[in-house]
Amino acid sequence: MVVLGEMKRKVLPLHFLQFMRLLVVYPWTQRFDSFGNLSSASAIMGNPKVKAHGKKVLTSLGDAIKHLDDLKGTFAQLSELHCDKLHVDPENFKLLGNVLVTVLAIHFGKEFTPEVQASWQKMVTGVASALSSRYH
Amino acid sequence: MSLTKTEGTIIVSMWAKISTQADTIGTETLERLFLSHPQTKTYFPHFDLHPGSAQLRAHGSKVVAAVGDAVKSIDNIGGALSKLSELHAYILRVDPVNFKLLSHCLLVTLAARFPADFTAEAHAAWDKFLSVVSSVLTEKYR
Repeated sequence: MVVLGEMKRKVLPLHFLQFMRLLVVYPWTQRFDSFGNLSSASAIMGNPKVKAHGKKVLTSLGDAIKHLDDLKGTFAQLSELHCDKLHVDPENFKLLGNVLVTVLAIHFGKEFTPEVQASWQKMVTGVASALSSRYH
Repeated sequence: MSLTKTEGTIIVSMWAKISTQADTIGTETLERLFLSHPQTKTYFPHFDLHPGSAQLRAHGSKVVAAVGDAVKSIDNIGGALSKLSELHAYILRVDPVNFKLLSHCLLVTLAARFPADFTAEAHAAWDKFLSVVSSVLTEKYR
């Protein structure tokens, strides 16, 4: 987890738009059509609503890194929101986690060793689990 | 699910670069798999899984060679991987969930080594291609 602390400083300035690759790689995640024009990869990556949402998600992940010892507590309200208001299938949290890991690999290249990846996989699994913990 | 022409072109053109590092890519993919998803080691009790082991390298090469076969016959992946499909169905019987894990680790390996090429479209194409490969490998399971 020391590794995560080191990477935190580097992750936050990352172009958060990259995380919205989710919408390009797994197009069925576009089912929530409040984003507007998602007609092509370039439309998605240039869409200001997508950008804004990417920023929200990234900020949230930054919170996760600060509270690795209590992810369930940190994400309790967000979990309820995703279930009751947003109606998001928790499978999407896993897909986003894997897209995040892939984007980190692109950004950090060789530095994103198998060991570093394993730490991040644990974290994204933890976040996905915390986000689905209040589903009912 | 089948690949579009554009997706096929992306895969084939990237493969030309990828194949020059095929063996190390295979080894790295497996290292990532075993570290991130330790349960996958249960399929290799007979292997020395230390990073850099001869068995890991040999197996990594096999896996990437098979992906290469699929790329070379990208319009007929089912035909190209038919024997492998039978092997996985009748002998290896690897649970289907593990193909997703291996595919993800291969993607991460490619992303780390070819960051400039791994655009959103390329990412989507590779994810889809590996998904097709996985389907072929599990299509005879039952």
